[in-house]
Amino acid sequence: MSDLTTLTALECSRKLVSKEISSRELTEAALNRIEAVDGKVRAFLTVTPERALAAADRVDAKRASGEPLSPLAGVPIALKDNMCTPGVRTTAGSKILGNFVPPYSATVVSKLEQAGLIIVGKTNLDEFAMGSSTENSGFHTSRNPWDLDRVPGGSSGGSAAAVAALEVPVSLGSDTGGSIRQPASLCGIVGMKPTYGRVSRYGLIAYASSLDQIGPMGRTVLDCALTLNAIAGHDTMDSTSTEVATEDFSAGCGKSIAGLRIGVPKEYFGQGVTPDVAAAVQAAIAKYTELGAIVEECSLPNTEYALASYYIIAPAECSSNLARFDGVKYGHRTNELAGHIGLTEKTRDEGFGAEVKQRIMIGTYALSAGYYDAYYKRAQQVRTLIRRDFDTAFERFDVLITPTSPGTAFKIGEKADPLEMKLADVCTIPINMAGLPAISIPCGFAEGLPIGLQLITRPYAETKLFNAAHAYEQATQWGQKFAPLT
Amino acid sequence: MALTREDVKKVALLSRLELTDEEVDVQTKPLNDLLQQFEALLALDVTGVEPTSHSMPVVNVFRQDEIKPSLTRDQVLANAPEARDGCFVVPKIIAE
Repeated sequence: MSDLTTLTALECSRKLVSKEISSRELTEAALNRIEAVDGKVRAFLTVTPERALAAADRVDAKRASGEPLSPLAGVPIALKDNMCTPGVRTTAGSKILGNFVPPYSATVVSKLEQAGLIIVGKTNLDEFAMGSSTENSGFHTSRNPWDLDRVPGGSSGGSAAAVAALEVPVSLGSDTGGSIRQPASLCGIVGMKPTYGRVSRYGLIAYASSLDQIGPMGRTVLDCALTLNAIAGHDTMDSTSTEVATEDFSAGCGKSIAGLRIGVPKEYFGQGVTPDVAAAVQAAIAKYTELGAIVEECSLPNTEYALASYYIIAPAECSSNLARFDGVKYGHRTNELAGHIGLTEKTRDEGFGAEVKQRIMIGTYALSAGYYDAYYKRAQQVRTLIRRDFDTAFERFDVLITPTSPGTAFKIGEKADPLEMKLADVCTIPINMAGLPAISIPCGFAEGLPIGLQLITRPYAETKLFNAAHAYEQATQWGQKFAPLT
Repeated sequence: MALTREDVKKVALLSRLELTDEEVDVQTKPLNDLLQQFEALLALDVTGVEPTSHSMPVVNVFRQDEIKPSLTRDQVLANAPEARDGCFVVPKIIAE
């Protein structure tokens, strides 16, 4: 293992600024690490060495000529393969997009390139970001660097595994019901979902448009804050992107959290949470008290309805979003001659995997005549109740603490029942329903597997969230341990 | 209320998915498992509760109708399964 791959993005940045190292050296170290370990971890779907090295050389040349550069210029990053990279295959983990080469750039990709970050490749995911383990990927299952027989979580499992395996210091994921935070938790890294609308979704291949949000993943809280600085901001290409001004989201890191009001919603400690996870989260809560926070139990009474309403709303939106895959304009087309409807039906049957088909069908059913009011409208009403629960809690508290995932990383194939798999997101789904920012940070181990703590805050209070996460991270050592991958 | 195999086939048609018989078997149970999860919602009193479609307040965004640079036709057609003479090609659907 090269020393360069153990550096955080911030450490990389400092060494780049002092010209102790070049971006080419850092990028080569990342590519060599990928070459050495990705045969086992399988975090990546596509690696782009030539592109990455060319980008690194451009940043090095700019630095040599004294041009002003962004803080993370020259730092390698990996992207979940549902963000469009022009000229680089973008699959969303689906066979239906197996040969898709986007003609345009996602806004996050343009922003990263403008900031000089070096994109080294595209990471694996559950097909169209639907899943919690990468086992639904149309290509392969990624492995958890802490135990290669276990899943890295999902759907951003490749992005989480790549960071945990020291292939890159930071990556981007997308989070619709927990898809950044749950894999971060299972891989022992930091993963953050910003407020809905903070980061443009333009060029993010859609799953459920009212819930999807792109966010950073890294080994430290500061790295995630700095990466969010690079990608956040209003975008005219995404009408749901917020006009709320961006700020330096790392500004609170290092400040005291004395007097921070923390709520512990009691509903999040049932829900199949294992004793190990509950104990680790309780210990973290005690640590927060030690750091001067004021901790109180609270209640979010509609939590138990979140999962069911999510599995109406997200599939309803996906059934509409995925209607575009018809075998005409791009993507896979069946070779069978089948007439007009038959062409579409066969193309989609061949191109989509079982989980995606299931969600399209449940969404279609929930939106169909006679069921719309009973399911879709009711789910949206429940969504209002869930949001109100959080509004009420945030009148009393700055931050809420819960487990990120009810358990640690599970074995590949262990959750064969689709419903059991869906329960892996029970602690993260309500946050997307309310559009809130939340972060998962390491808070312990059980039998050698990482446990994650989830912090949630009010809309647009990301700086406060990073402040609270950073204080705990600095007071503990959980995140400093590397996966025992050789 | 459980979905039968026939119901699943009907929803598959609405979803434009031609499932094999085996797939219909595989999909019926998870679909019914989800529907059963939804039962809990039906018991909840939501009288007078406004539905939320977006967690954050979003409004329609308008802009001037101005011509701006966009993708070229070749770029747009580059990913088409089949293209010819600047058009997407689809199989013939009307008999001779």
